[in-house]
Formats: sequence, C-alpha cells, structure tokens
Amino acid sequence: MISREYALPLNGSTLARGQSLLELADIGLAFGGIQALDGVGLTVTQGTIHAVIGPNGAGKSSLLNCVSGLYRPQRGRIALHRSGGAAELVGRKPHEIARLGVARSFQNIELFRHLTVLDNLMLGRHTRMSLSLVPALVWFGPARRQEIAHCEFVEEVIALLGLQDVRHRPVGTLAYGFAKRVELGRALCMQPAIILLDEPMAGMNADEKVDMARYLLEVNEVAGLTVVMIEHDMEVVMDISHRVTVLDFGKRIADGTPDEVRSDPRVIDAYLGEEVA
Amino acid sequence: MSTRGERVRMVLCIAVLVALPFVLNNYWLGIANAIGIAAIGAIGLNILVGFTGQISLGQGGFLAVGAFTSALLAGRAGLPLPLAVAGAVVVTATAGAIVGLPALRLKGLYLAIATLAAQQIIEFTIRRWRWLTEGRGYLEAPPLGALGWRVQHAAFERTWYWVIVGAAALGAIVARNVFRTALGRSFMAVRDQETAAQAIGVNLTRAKLTAFALSSGYVGLAGALTAHYTEIVTWERYTLDISVTYVGMIIVGGLGCIAGSIYGAAFLMLVPPLLSALADAVRDTAPFLADQLPALQNAAVGVVIVLFLLFEPRGLDRLWRRVKEYVATWPRS
Amino acid sequence: MTQFIQLTVYGLSNGAVLALAALGFVLIYKATNVINFAQGEFLLVGAYAFYSAFVVLHLPAILAVAVGAAVAAALAAAIERLLLRPLIGQDPIAVIMVTIGLSAVLKAVVQIFYGTTPLEMPKLLPRGSVAILGAIVPTDRLVAIVVAAAVFAVFGAFFRWSRHGVAMRAVADDTQAALAQGISVNRISALAWAMAAASALIAGVLIGDIAEVSQNLAGFGLIVFPVVILGGLESVPGTIVGGAIIGLVSQYADGLSPGASQVAPFIVLVVILLVRPYGLFGQPRIERV
Repeated sequence: MISREYALPLNGSTLARGQSLLELADIGLAFGGIQALDGVGLTVTQGTIHAVIGPNGAGKSSLLNCVSGLYRPQRGRIALHRSGGAAELVGRKPHEIARLGVARSFQNIELFRHLTVLDNLMLGRHTRMSLSLVPALVWFGPARRQEIAHCEFVEEVIALLGLQDVRHRPVGTLAYGFAKRVELGRALCMQPAIILLDEPMAGMNADEKVDMARYLLEVNEVAGLTVVMIEHDMEVVMDISHRVTVLDFGKRIADGTPDEVRSDPRVIDAYLGEEVA
Repeated sequence: MSTRGERVRMVLCIAVLVALPFVLNNYWLGIANAIGIAAIGAIGLNILVGFTGQISLGQGGFLAVGAFTSALLAGRAGLPLPLAVAGAVVVTATAGAIVGLPALRLKGLYLAIATLAAQQIIEFTIRRWRWLTEGRGYLEAPPLGALGWRVQHAAFERTWYWVIVGAAALGAIVARNVFRTALGRSFMAVRDQETAAQAIGVNLTRAKLTAFALSSGYVGLAGALTAHYTEIVTWERYTLDISVTYVGMIIVGGLGCIAGSIYGAAFLMLVPPLLSALADAVRDTAPFLADQLPALQNAAVGVVIVLFLLFEPRGLDRLWRRVKEYVATWPRS
Repeated sequence: MTQFIQLTVYGLSNGAVLALAALGFVLIYKATNVINFAQGEFLLVGAYAFYSAFVVLHLPAILAVAVGAAVAAALAAAIERLLLRPLIGQDPIAVIMVTIGLSAVLKAVVQIFYGTTPLEMPKLLPRGSVAILGAIVPTDRLVAIVVAAAVFAVFGAFFRWSRHGVAMRAVADDTQAALAQGISVNRISALAWAMAAASALIAGVLIGDIAEVSQNLAGFGLIVFPVVILGGLESVPGTIVGGAIIGLVSQYADGLSPGASQVAPFIVLVVILLVRPYGLFGQPRIERV
C-alpha cells in the first residue's frame, strides 16, 4: 500500500465516505426486441470500489452506458448525489453527465489515437478549462496560463501512473497495458465524483493486473475516489472491491459484499459454476 | 520552436520569404501571391477536415461568400477596405455556422453531402441573383487601398505580396495557437473518437460548429483577398471544382497539419502554370496538351488526390519529415 | 393543366433516371459502406461510353448498351480493386476523399477525350408524342420510365433469386456472418461496384437520349445525392420514391421559375436533413460501444 500526498485532490465529490453517491432504480433498456436490462437497481456508496459482474451479455456495459448517457433507458432513474442535491442522469447528454462528474473508461480502448499521452490527459481536464475563442486565437495571456496550470495537475497523474517515459508518444503507438493506463489517467484527470471502468484489466498479464489493482486501490483509499468497475477476473473482484452487484440476462441476481456474493447459490448457478475458494 | 535546427529553419524561411519579391519576376510573384491566398483557404479547410475530421465540399461557395461580401461592403457600401475584409470574415464565419447546423448533429458523411448542397445552392445564387452584380454578371471589387493610399500599378504584385504573406503568416500563427489550447484539442478529440470526446465533456455540436465557423472565417478571408487582388468577382472562380482542388491541397499537404496546408497549396497552385509551361514547350509536337489545358488541370487534381491517398496519405508534411529523419541519421540510417 | 401534366411526365422520367443512378449508389453503400461521390460521374461516363459504342463503333443499339455496360462494370471493378480495397481499414474520411478525387478524374477524362460541346447522337428511344388528358407529352420520356422500371424489376429478381444477389443482401445485412458462411466479401464488393456502374450507364443512356450527351450530365448526376438522402442511404425502394419526388419537385419548380430545377433538389436535401435526416425509408444505425 503506497501512501502519497497529493498536491491537488483527485476526488471531485464532496460527499462524506459512506453516503450514497450513485443510485440506479428500476432501469429498463431494450434494443428492438432484446431486453438488455430489466428492472436493474443498485446503490454505490461514496469511497467504495463497487464491482459489477456477470456472464457475457448480462448487460453490464449497457448499464454503464446508461449511466454515462450513451444509451437512454426506456424506464428507470439514475441519481447522482452532489452537495447541492441530486442530479437526474437519465435524459441528459453524455457531455453533460461528464461535466456533472462522471468519468469512464471503455471496453475497447477509446483514446485519441493521433494525440500524445500528454494531450490525451490534458483532454481529461476539458471540463475544467475555458474554451473561449479569442484567448485561444491569441495564445499569449489567459490561454497560455491555463495550459500551464492544468499541466501541473496532469503531471500528478503521470507520476501516479508511471507514464513519464511515454508522455510525448502518440497513444496509437503504445503497448496495450500502457494504453489502458492512459485511459484510466484521462478519467482521473477529470477529477470526477465517480469513475466507471469497463473491464480495466481485460487483456492484461498478471503483472499488469497487479499494477492496475494497485492504482485503483491507491486512488480509492488515498484520494477517496469512488470506483465502479465491470470486471471478469474474479480474484481481482473479490480482492479489491467493497461491494459486488451481479447481473444475469439483464436482471440483478445478487448484491452484497464479495463474501456474500461468492457464496450466493444463484450467483454460483448462473456464473461461477463452482465455488470460488 | 525549441530546437536549434527548428530555429535555423525558421530564420531561413523568413529570409527566403523576404527575398522572394526581389528575386521573382512579376509572373512568378503573381503565382506566389495566389499560393499565399490559397494557403489561407487551405489552413481554414484543414482546421475543419484535418483537425476536426469533418468533410466539406463547400469551399468554393464560402470563398464566394467572402469575395462578394467584401466587394459589396467596400464598393457599394463604401466601407474602408480593412473593415470590408473583416466584415467578410465575420459574415462567412456565420454562414459556416448556419450551414453546419443541420448536418453537424449527424455523422460525417452527411456533412459532406450537406456542404455539397450548400455549394450548389451558393453557386446557383451567385449566378442568378442579379442584385449582386447589378445585372452585369460580374462584380468589380475596389483595389487595395486605405486612408487615401492606393496600390501603385508598378509595384502591384510586390505590394500585394507583403499583404498576403502578412495575412498568411498571421493565419498560420493563429491556427497554431488554437491547437495548443483546450479548444483546439477538443476539435482533435472530436476527430479521433467522438464517443470518448463526449465522455470527457466535449459538447460535440458546439465543438463542430465552432470549428466550422473558424474554418469558414479563414476561407472568407481568402475569398475577400482574392476579390480585391483580382479586382473582379465572378461565379466561375467558385465552383465545385475549386472545392475539390482545396480538398486536394490538404490531402497532398497533410491533413491535420498547418505547414502541410501551405505545402499543399503551393503544390496544387503550381500545377496549372507548370502544365501550361509544359504545354507551351511541346506545342509543336503535341498541340493537344494546350487545347485540353483546363481539363488536364482538373484531371491532375483528381489524380494527385488519389495517388497521395493511396501512397502517402499523411501528405507532403510526412514526406518532408521522412527526409529530415533520413538526413539527421545519415550515414547511420 | 396541360403544363402540369407535361411537367409531371418530365419529372417522373427524370426521376426514373435518377432512381436508376441512385440504385447504384445504394448498392455500393449497402454492400461496402462506402459513399461513392463519383456516382454522378458514373452516369456521365456511362452516357459517353454508350456513345462510343453506338456512334463511333456503329454497334447496334442493344449491343452497344451491353458493351457499354460491360466496359463500365469492368472499369468499376478495377476502381474497387485498385482504389478502394487498399484503403480498407483506413479513416473513413480517406475513402470518401478518394471517391471525390475519382469523380474529378472521370469528369476531366471525359472532357479530354470528348470535349465540352454536346454530342450528336441518333435517337434511340421512339420519337413522337402522345396525348394524355389533353396534354402533348413526348413518347421517349414515357418509354424511359418503362425502361427504368424494367431495369429495377430485373435487379429485384436478381436480388431475390440469384445466388450472388442473395449473397449481396447477406453481406449488406451482416458482413461478419456472411464471411462466416464463406461468402467472398471482396467479390461482392466488386460485384456491387460493377452493378452500380451498369445501372448508372443505363441511366446515362436514357437521359443522354432524352436530353443531350454533354458535360451537363455531370451536374445532373450530382442530383443523385438529394435522391438518396431523401430515400434513405440504404433503401432501394427509397431510390424509386426519392427519385420520383425529386424529379417532380424540380420540374414543378422550373414551371414556377425557369432554371429553379437546378437548385430545388438541393434545397429539398437541406430540408430533409433538418426534418428527417435518415430519409423516408432509412433507419438510424445503432453503434455498440
């Protein structure tokens, strides 16, 4: 466990640990004839790592896409709790939801291919930067000062994730493990209230998984960031998450601590096949 | 601008640019001027296509908007030239925002078709709207001049050269500034990965509209300068063929690259005079070349586009970088 | 009233020709996801290719059409192989722009070999006129509508019953599944382009006969885009309905204000993009993230 002092806070949420941060209620999502999600609900608590697991096609990515606004559920509510009250996420555009403090990564890496690692991370700062046209045209003055200020924050994240050596490389040339780290970094740069990760460990070897788990633990325990992650690696899920929700065929079949879920017969039936020791 | 090599190259560039008007004759200086204006338009198109990933076939139409607006503001409305040109830039930028509005909500290919429609509608309008040209079919544009001073005929090309080089340099610097900032970065994010761009808070419609407006502003400037440089505005200069030529410029030069826009503009603007010179040279043995010059020029544009897309899609900029790398590492390469 | 009937016939015959050309565009888009900006120029090249076979080589009409169609198909297949296939996997922008470059080359090549003045060509379709509800309408335009309908019927039969036609529909529906069934996607792409050129050629022959064989056909060919946007980029019935509507609207606009037919289709295009961007029969594509 590494303990670091952060010069700037990574956590964008002002709620106290233990309070409800994200509440999904009765989410229903259908594509044509296929019911991807059917009455799914869950509550994410501030300061936890909350895993969403389930067999392929269970609707996990669809759930994340509903939260981040890429899909619009036909029924249900998604409430993001903030200091000024709760914000309803259903019906909002993805960029609005991002501005409210929801950051995410994608199953297939969706980095900005032609840009460098540094540019990708700086784009994570987008919601906190001014986009005024005239200062941008002039560069010297406000625009330049803004760039320098946010570069400092980005350097924090670069140091945290060990990206110093690749900061000027175009992300299209990076190895898979580094690319996934950059995607995490970009989300962290948003200083989000909550971070949604879609299979952050997919395709990684054992060492890379250990690294990624360490980063997640660090941002969660030291910075207090709330993490929701879809993950298939059961060891990782059981090791680092505080709470687990299990989906199968678009329905929620279990929700509880890792131990509770591990021994839930419905979960074993649907998914694990045998008891996880 | 950090390395010594880059600084040396920049000084050399400036030296060459300053020396040019004293070295070239009027004919080639005129071509340099045409290249300079085209570079401004190409930078504008590249901002939209190369940096933001949106396709536009409306370049010809927007050049016309800039040209007619500036000519009308300076001529019929009597505004001083710099104000007329500024007005043309603003009007064209607004036109870009309007044209972009319906299609920017949709996928890229719809924008291509929408700009094609805009091109056709604008072309139709400038051909048929008699008020524009007061029925004459062409519009005269006031020549270069401000506050009582007028461009002298003897030093026409040279005077225009300084104006155009200044405008182009300014345009290049401003464009480069934009892409160092959050605004410009958001354009490139839209180009590379729309979904992820949304996920980090980029308002896609607003970003694309801003890019389109900024791009159109540049094109309006190029159109306005053309109007006052040639002192006449006619619809023939602003057809779909011109739109395609500009697309060729940014492909040849390099998409998403300011310097590339300039290389590409130079490359494609040199094709007509070089073809013309070739036709003259072989006039006796192959008169066919001279007869078919306009068609050959269009063919050349298309061929160049196709060849570069197939063999060097990153354009001259990439080729130039490869040359630099080779020179830098020789003889160890 | 008589003018209305005449304009209607003119509009429907133009629309029939446009629908044929648009059919090619939709075929390519459905099978390969490529936006062929050169489809209008395929119509132009088709008309001139037929002219070469019919007038220059003095072939009989039907043979000239067949030869022209074969040449056009071969040219299109070559284009698919040499220009489009190397660009698979690159930015979609590159593919669109290569077809833009191609359109410039085709138009210029036609101009180089045949010049800009309209060509003299003996009438192919029957001359004369018929009376419909009191209005005099040229027979050639009515026959053009019938010919276009026949070509559509032939294509329809091909897609319904021929092995290759069914394979093409499979590729358009789900490329991965089609590949898994052993269908050669490359061959289907080449076939789509060949058929697109052939249908554009027939369209070019018809409009060349009704109107004239000249560079103006390139401008006419551009009207393919309003037709496919109105009809829906992936819809074959859309091309028929879209073609009819665009043809009619243009002619009525001309009736109200001469020359308006050049700009009316594009105004319709803009309106459609604002109101119903996927067209009458199109469907928005869902992308999985």
